Amino acid sequence: MSDRIQRVLVIGSGPIVIGQAAEFDYAGTQACRALREEGIETILVNSNPATIMTDEDVADVVYVEPLIPEVLRRIILREKPDGLLPTLGGQTALNLAVQLSEMGILDQYNVKLLGTPLDAIRKAEDRELFKNLLGEIDEPVVESAIINSLGDARDFVETSPLPLIVRPAYTLGGTGGGVARTLQELDDIVSGGLAASPIHQVLLERSLLGWKEIEYEVIRDGADNVITVCNMENLDPMGVHTGDSIVVAPSQTLSDREYQMLRSSAIKIIRALGIEGGCNVQYALDPDSFQYYVIEVNPRVSRSSALASKATGYPIARVAAKIAIGKRLDEIRNSVTEQTTAAFEPALDYCVVKLPRWPFDKFRRADRTLGTQMKATGEVMAIDRSFAAALQKAVRSLETDAPDLLWENPAWSDPERLALDVRVASDERLWALAASLRRGANECDVSRQSGVDRWFIRELEQIVAMERRISENEVDDALLWQSKRLGFSDAQIAKLTGREESDVREQRYRAGITPVYKMVDTCAAEFEAATPYYYSTYEEENEAEPLPGPKAVVIGSGPIRIGQGIEFDYCSVQAAHALDAAGTRSIMINSNPETVSTDFDTSDRLYFESLDAESVGEILRHEGGGVDDQVPVILQFGGQTAINLASPLSRRGVPVLGSSVDTIDLAEDRERFEAFLTRIGIPQPPGTAVTTLEAALEAADKLGYPILVRPSYVLGGRAMEVVHSADFLARYLASSVDFRRGFPILIDQYLEGKEVEVDAISDGVDVLIPGIMEHIERAGVHSGDSYAVYPGLNLFPTEVQRIVEYTTRIALEMKVIGLVNIQYVIHSGRLYVLEVNPRGSRTVPFLSKATGVPIIEIATHAMLGKSLREQGYSGGLAARQPLVAVKAPVFSMAKLRGVEPNLGPEMKSTGEAMGIDREFPSAFYKALLASGLSLNARSSIMVSLADRDKPDSLPMIEQLIRMGCRVYATEGTAQMIERAGMPVQMVTKRIGQGSPDMLDVILDGIVHGVINTPGPAEKEVLDGFQIRRAAVEKGIPCITSIDTARAVVEAMRQSAGAYTVQPLPLYRSKVSVSY
Amino acid sequence: MSFRNGNAAVVLEDGRMFNGVSFGADRDAEGEVVFTTSMTGYQEVATDPSFRGQIVCMTYPIIGNYGVTHDDEQSRQPWISGMIVRDYNDVPSNWRSERSLAAYFRAHDIPAISGVDTRALTRHIRTIGAMRGLLVASVDGRSPEALRERARNAWSPSDANVVADVSSDEQRVVGSGDLHVVLLDCGVKENILESLRRRGVHVTVVPFDTPIEDIRALKPDGVLTSPGPGDPENADPAIETVRAVVDDGVPYLGVCLGHQLLALAIGASTSKLKFGHRGGNHPVMDLESGRVYVTAQNHGYQVDSGSVPTGDGWRVSQVNLNDGSVEGLAHAELPIFSVQYHPEGSPGPQDNQYVFDRFLDLLRDRKRRGEGERV
Ligand SMILES: Nc1ncnc2c1ncn2[C@@H]1O[C@H](COP(=O)(O)OP(=O)(O)O)[C@@H](O)[C@H]1O
Ligand SMILES: Nc1ncnc2c1ncn2[C@@H]1O[C@H](COP(=O)(O)OP(=O)(O)O)[C@@H](O)[C@H]1O
Ligand SMILES: [Mg+2]
Ligand SMILES: [Mg+2]
Repeated sequence: MSDRIQRVLVIGSGPIVIGQAAEFDYAGTQACRALREEGIETILVNSNPATIMTDEDVADVVYVEPLIPEVLRRIILREKPDGLLPTLGGQTALNLAVQLSEMGILDQYNVKLLGTPLDAIRKAEDRELFKNLLGEIDEPVVESAIINSLGDARDFVETSPLPLIVRPAYTLGGTGGGVARTLQELDDIVSGGLAASPIHQVLLERSLLGWKEIEYEVIRDGADNVITVCNMENLDPMGVHTGDSIVVAPSQTLSDREYQMLRSSAIKIIRALGIEGGCNVQYALDPDSFQYYVIEVNPRVSRSSALASKATGYPIARVAAKIAIGKRLDEIRNSVTEQTTAAFEPALDYCVVKLPRWPFDKFRRADRTLGTQMKATGEVMAIDRSFAAALQKAVRSLETDAPDLLWENPAWSDPERLALDVRVASDERLWALAASLRRGANECDVSRQSGVDRWFIRELEQIVAMERRISENEVDDALLWQSKRLGFSDAQIAKLTGREESDVREQRYRAGITPVYKMVDTCAAEFEAATPYYYSTYEEENEAEPLPGPKAVVIGSGPIRIGQGIEFDYCSVQAAHALDAAGTRSIMINSNPETVSTDFDTSDRLYFESLDAESVGEILRHEGGGVDDQVPVILQFGGQTAINLASPLSRRGVPVLGSSVDTIDLAEDRERFEAFLTRIGIPQPPGTAVTTLEAALEAADKLGYPILVRPSYVLGGRAMEVVHSADFLARYLASSVDFRRGFPILIDQYLEGKEVEVDAISDGVDVLIPGIMEHIERAGVHSGDSYAVYPGLNLFPTEVQRIVEYTTRIALEMKVIGLVNIQYVIHSGRLYVLEVNPRGSRTVPFLSKATGVPIIEIATHAMLGKSLREQGYSGGLAARQPLVAVKAPVFSMAKLRGVEPNLGPEMKSTGEAMGIDREFPSAFYKALLASGLSLNARSSIMVSLADRDKPDSLPMIEQLIRMGCRVYATEGTAQMIERAGMPVQMVTKRIGQGSPDMLDVILDGIVHGVINTPGPAEKEVLDGFQIRRAAVEKGIPCITSIDTARAVVEAMRQSAGAYTVQPLPLYRSKVSVSY
Repeated sequence: MSFRNGNAAVVLEDGRMFNGVSFGADRDAEGEVVFTTSMTGYQEVATDPSFRGQIVCMTYPIIGNYGVTHDDEQSRQPWISGMIVRDYNDVPSNWRSERSLAAYFRAHDIPAISGVDTRALTRHIRTIGAMRGLLVASVDGRSPEALRERARNAWSPSDANVVADVSSDEQRVVGSGDLHVVLLDCGVKENILESLRRRGVHVTVVPFDTPIEDIRALKPDGVLTSPGPGDPENADPAIETVRAVVDDGVPYLGVCLGHQLLALAIGASTSKLKFGHRGGNHPVMDLESGRVYVTAQNHGYQVDSGSVPTGDGWRVSQVNLNDGSVEGLAHAELPIFSVQYHPEGSPGPQDNQYVFDRFLDLLRDRKRRGEGERV
């Protein structure tokens, strides 16, 4: 390294979207720590507040700003970094770095691009350059054509037959890609793909459907030393995106010949590319010969490398960061063994299984089939000494309504349907495979029909066979032992034998059958290792002696899903740090490989385990030296996952830190909660529970429409909705699984009004409210999907007072110790409680960053018995910061065909971005920039409004026009605008009749944004749906709430595109210089 | 807790006993209990002559997955005394699979045991060292004491000249080309021969005890001494043969045992490692280039770095990054070098095939300079 690098700019990956999730917080955080070890100053920028990397103690300078070139330019100008590290922030950071360099900004401020050189990145990302390179080093690529237009596509099919694979360049998670089986599909997917690709380039490729899909994680340093961290085999063959595939590490069906053949190829490729850092090489391997093809290379750390790091204990991001500043592999210490160096290849002595977590429980109408475009929001990983056991653990970790492989879709009573679900990959296929084996299907047939390798089917068959043995025999200790070794849970065994779970557990204990815990040490026990990273298994020797001294267990939040995202991992990690600071050993339990919480040096000890009552209970018992009531557990930071463990754990006598189980139950049990609020005299929306249609209609009439309906208990079926009329109510009930099965439906009066949210910390005496968040959208849009503004700008002092007073009363009366999250609605001047969550919430990281109050730290200390006063805080509303912070929701609708983008009381967003500035308009404008929703003036916008929104929308439309926007509108809306004497371009809702119709203007790229608010009538909903989907698929902003629209237009006008860029903490100090 | 135990067992010299289920030949086996961390290649392990007399514990738990195929055999027969695994799979799935590992072991009368806590066993060996042991297909009706007694006195490959067992008993020729290499077979692996064949080399494989005169008579351009089992000091008369080759100044490549024999031939010493190096992930640094290579290894003895006669132009050319042990020897002038690891992999990485090129380059330019005739 000639001129030594001293200041490095690290770019994060921004909001969580499908295809780019928590793994990059893990990578970025590790990178910053690694660079610090080398005495390098780090400057970090990310627009996502719910990240550990944006904590002020991870990097030297932290920017929470939109990830766009202009912002980066200003940061570079201010910070004068001499290096930029772009390969740890996913596709977002990579693309941004490419832009910056192409705009000449890096040269201008002579910032050195660290790690993998730019042309290497281009060679790997640009499908054409990549093909040529592989040609040069004669590595096989499948026949394909790079095309830039529909015409080219048509030409290509002439020569090579369908099906064809469509893969856009420079996109993530296979966005815009797919399998074209018909010419129609070809047209659709190609035009989608061209739109999705920033360089309007897609690859048409011969289909390798059904081949084995294998990945290698490879690392190369500047001295050309190369190692492979591990390989991974996809259980789902080629055709299902690796992000949607069940993945096992290491490969299971490859002989040494095949393993080394692909490994050598991967090494050859990383050398030819000249990558300095980590990369991921994907292969398709013919199941019946040595023939293989290279599918793609990701020249950066990725979802797969995060998985590989957790699967092997080899910290890829950390090593990549050190390589980027010129270190050689043999100069980097192996932080696991602390004896060896990073120049070695991990040896596994266990098997790792990854299962994806899909959002179809939220999106019932979505197309559930899996293809080349990723749909999963998160994933779980499980470790054990056999595949079967690891697989069953992973299934348990998913936390879906299929708690184990015994689950079956009722529709499978129809053999046709079952056969279909075996053949076509979907989120339910794994269970379908088991179901058909259960019905006696032949292993080879199932393998042939599904394309899943015989070996995996065989493992499933062993599980099914054990099910039979369990249900047909009296389960003696020997059989119990064998079933536990195969990964059966007590609950599963109980189900199969009609016993109580506790009864099975008792038998285990009597027989002395409890799990042992083994270490993940990167070296298969060849060397002594220092890592505190463990997994459970039913075997002889235990390696995890219970930790001595005071300790507490933090329950993580499991896989990332809609409604429970990275925010909760943020809370868990902070809790671990807080415990350490308090001199209490922190023990982390989590099943999510993407996260910082499962990094082995986040806590004093990590158990990589499922978060079901049994797995957690066994760990607590183990750490308690064989008794249940010894080690306390923290349930407040792991989202609903941890909360749900409250009663089962307390039944085992486990002590819970902070709010008692009774407090939790009080908040969770609707009837108790109602009675409670009435007792302490705090209003909530009037409502009732009904079980018959008559009762429902009667209740609705009493309450008055619109009403808000939801099942009291979600089995699936449709969840919460706002209902405007009796016939809608009838239809809702008819389509509700729960209702038809006789479960009550809850009907609340829908209170239109301003929604407000608070997070508060209580020690039982004082209640600290760090800040109040006001929603832009009126109640009815889920808090997770609405724009939240700190501090509540439009609240009257009396309202603020009332909010503080209610919050304090509720927290104290409920005996909350630690955190509580409350959502209110202000309806005609009155404050109602919508919901109380006795735990850390989605907004905690956002609020911590906005206010600078270390919420989790304070709460954790409070749970450990240190009062707020002792911590130097007092009750009440914390002093308001001289800033405005806006939380913007971010959606992944484009990836999910058939999903309704319209916002309602059910959460749909996958991530969030933060816009922070001195004033609201610029803060909001930045939030829009950060969430990719910004409309610039003089763009064309299509407006189609529900009648109830029309009247008060005129000023907004006038504003749009004054700013120079061209307005298109559907019939009704257009007439209104004309009558108001403003220019408007009418487009018809009658598709095909009259041009342009409302879809033309969207799909032909005439309009740059859509404002559409659905009315109650079914027709409107359907028309609107088409508009909204079109906009989503076209990738243009689509606003479905008049409130959002108004705010957006206002922000555009007032901010006029001007905003501050400065380190996060500076916003909190009155004096600050912006660049 | 008897219900846990299969009725097969591994009994160690120090009395520790592990239970499991037999999946190989239905008999007992004695040997030295060692572990390998290779995650693939159980068949290559079984047929690597260097494992002669050893009961091999596979640290990777899931074994048998892709079956067994004739193509992957590294020698004429399996040489291990037995195999210990955690989770054996009897229904293989791979397009090349001809039969299951169990069938293969039974056909070759080799016992094997599954269901063992192989990680516990590995940790034990790591801490105490490789040791004698007994694999018992069925403990039924046998007293633990008796079994322990037998384990204590179990036969171990370090007791004998096991090279004699594995070496070929007559000469054969492999491959063709203008370069002629005599390969002193102390337990050669197929992929070493394949690696030379691929490079167009005429190889004469000779038994390990071939007199130097016979080798000279073959007028080789170079001599390669293969890997092999056991204690190099037991490998008479190969040590003398190598010494003579060195004196002749004929280009020489020593691989694994061939490396240790070179050390002994030039007056250096060897010693037993606590539990050896066995696996496909050992980092080796070339002291000249500073480059690091991932290597496949399988040896229980090492060359003592202190003992290398640096005075006579010898030097340690490569070292193991994990424990600093000697991985290669080279000479200042003589066209002679050796590596402790297995450049042929199988099982393991192919990254070190360059070693063969380096050797053949020596032969070539020596031939060009006409020195080849001196022999
Ligand atoms: N030629 C092909 N035939 C069949 N499936 C393919 C082909 N190419 C890619 N795929 C599938 O599409 C998925 C996504 O392709 P990939 O190029 O990896 O996109 P991404 O950049 O989103 O990872 C792969 O994981 C693979 O399963
Ligand atoms: N009675 C009501 N009137 C108006 N809006 C409501 C009412 N109840 C709930 N909502 C809306 O529905 C959203 C979700 O309701 P909530 O009870 O918070 O469910 P969750 O448990 O999913 O957060 C709230 O954020 C709010 O916008
Ligand atoms: Mg991919
Ligand atoms: Mg809520």
